[in-house]
Amino acid sequence: MSNATNDTQEKSFLGLLLTAGCDSFPQALWRSLIAAVWFVFLTFPIMVIRVNTIEHTVVWHWQRMGYVAVGIFFGSFVWRWLLARKELKKDAASRESKAESLLTRIQNNPTSKYLLLALIALLAVAGPMKFSLFGSKLQLLNLYQTNIMISCLVYIVLGLGLNIVVGLAGLLDLGYVAFYGVGAYAYALCNMHWGVGFWAMLPVGAVLGALLGLLLGFPVLRLKGDYLAIVTLGFGEIIRLVLENWGDVTMGPSGISNIDRPALFGIKLGIIGSTHYMYYIMIGLLVLTIFCVNRLQNSRIGRAWLALREDEIACQAMGIDKVKTKLMAFALGATWAGMAGVVFAAKTTFINPASFTFWESAIILSIVVIGGMGSIRGVIAGAVILILVPEYLRDFAQFRMLLFGSIMVVVMVFRPQGLISAKRKLYTYQAKPAGAANE
Amino acid sequence: MEYFLELFFGGLTRGSIYALIALGYTMVYGIIELINFAHGEIYMIGAFTGLIVAGLLTMLGFPGISILAIALVCAVIWAAAYGYTVEKVAYKPLRGAPRLSPLISAIGMSIFLQNYVMLSQTSDFLPFPELVPKFGFMKHFGSMLSSSELVIVVATVLVCVGLTLFIKYTRLGKAMRATAQNRKMAMLVGINVDMVISATFIIGSSLAAVGGVLIASHIGQINYYIGFIAGIKAFTAAVLGGIGSLPGAMLGGLVLGLTEAYATGYVSSDYEDVFAFCLLVLILIFRPAGIMGKDKIQKV
Repeated sequence: MSNATNDTQEKSFLGLLLTAGCDSFPQALWRSLIAAVWFVFLTFPIMVIRVNTIEHTVVWHWQRMGYVAVGIFFGSFVWRWLLARKELKKDAASRESKAESLLTRIQNNPTSKYLLLALIALLAVAGPMKFSLFGSKLQLLNLYQTNIMISCLVYIVLGLGLNIVVGLAGLLDLGYVAFYGVGAYAYALCNMHWGVGFWAMLPVGAVLGALLGLLLGFPVLRLKGDYLAIVTLGFGEIIRLVLENWGDVTMGPSGISNIDRPALFGIKLGIIGSTHYMYYIMIGLLVLTIFCVNRLQNSRIGRAWLALREDEIACQAMGIDKVKTKLMAFALGATWAGMAGVVFAAKTTFINPASFTFWESAIILSIVVIGGMGSIRGVIAGAVILILVPEYLRDFAQFRMLLFGSIMVVVMVFRPQGLISAKRKLYTYQAKPAGAANE
Repeated sequence: MEYFLELFFGGLTRGSIYALIALGYTMVYGIIELINFAHGEIYMIGAFTGLIVAGLLTMLGFPGISILAIALVCAVIWAAAYGYTVEKVAYKPLRGAPRLSPLISAIGMSIFLQNYVMLSQTSDFLPFPELVPKFGFMKHFGSMLSSSELVIVVATVLVCVGLTLFIKYTRLGKAMRATAQNRKMAMLVGINVDMVISATFIIGSSLAAVGGVLIASHIGQINYYIGFIAGIKAFTAAVLGGIGSLPGAMLGGLVLGLTEAYATGYVSSDYEDVFAFCLLVLILIFRPAGIMGKDKIQKV
């Protein structure tokens, strides 16, 4: 094995790219050719032909066939090369990637750790502010970017919340968006009818989320794996459909508009001021979330979740109350979604049921899985990638979702464990010298 | 009574389509334990291929029934090809990966395929020509049952019987059952598991394509988004019946279709999907493994 590894490593990058996964270059050429022909056949009716069944006309797009052929021909080399690379690394799967080991090294060294944290904090706080530096105006985030950052922060909080349910407790929840929606609607409705403010509703949203989490948790206690997934999905859809159809209360599909932005000590802020205020609120909420989730992870209940995830029967045999543990996971996960919902309603000032579809749940779940289940840093990385990348892809507006879907597939195929894998707290055992020799 | 029967046949039609799609879900789940979220998209692609082929043939002046036949065959061929390719690209490299990874890959594939069809075709609703001719003898049924509904129900019954026989008696069918029971053991006795998995995807996709073309011709319009809700409903049907079990998927589809039809007919049409999901939640609370599913005894 080591011989083979050395052989492949000796080859140049180009040579490896051209022959990866094949015996020789002609074979690789042949395989790419077959792939190109296959994809041309595959995409032929959908991409090339457009019929109009009313006017009975056909439009042919032959040039697209050429794009597919060329794209697949060269793409298949890269694909095989990446697959071969993944195979090579398999032996060293437990080894961390370069970025990860850098992070670990920084974390293990208190000076660099606090330096990095301080830098991140400084950047986060300074983000939307205007500076004059050396005579030139400097602003890290303009209003539009600040808004994007706020939604990114909301998704990080949602991801961290779902991470409790999916990553720690191992309960696949496809209806997480229901709690988010209920939090948003709770604030919107209370604000509309009784003029309740943002700060009063934030804890109410959290409690409401937790109660709803318990409500969902009870009936699904007996369900496992994918049965749980489909029931939670159904639950999410039920909530959305009720929001959509119960027009008397929720204003139906047209939604609720003119929701109050949060006021700073009773002062109503303008659009720029309130956006910045919202940004700092989200930063605060995120810090709180990270703190709580981090503490929860290593607490008694956090360890019980991990045990439940690994093996339900063994976990019960160890005397862990399964019912309580599962319900706690649902409730605590939903709490963050409820709060994020309140923030979302206050930020957009307009909500309708279309913001709470299954796709939202799917995206939050993707954040957790792509980032790395059970890992806080991973969830943050996942949210940054999945929320910011589509924003920066706005130049390719129409191809945005196409690229989004393919990124999800590609990341999963080449890094199934997520970008940053979770690390359990390690306690080093200081072995006696004699004992160490035996090992 | 006539209204009741009309709803019954409507529910039966809908249930048949759910059953056709649910079979694909259940077969894939039975073998690799993956919720194939892209399955609904394969159904949609089948319908689109059918539309394109039917449109071309109508212009070339083919007679009515042959258009249906050719459109169905083409839809099946291309849907099967898509199913096969999706498995090879998005799921095969993930064998042995953490359980949720293929699921995310499937969701990504589903988003990709939806947008691929939207960009190459259109995001508007496209009218779908009525491919099923009006049979003369259907006059007696009046508004209760249309000829396209009859074709859908008959086609579903035929497909289900054919599939059951296929799984039960052919070599490949046996290999599939063996792989579903225990993949490692199947490999040990010389079954080409990769081939079996590919075959499962091909068969499941073909069934979905048949359903797609027939229902599109019945409803009369399609767009790139139809696969999503149909996929979710069909998956609900598969779980309702007990995922992994073929008769369960058929039964689940019918139960779901009829429940929806009667609930919309007698209670309220706004809450159609709510009834479907409530039924699912209720059944799973009392029978956590679905109607026909077997409760697995967990051994330590």
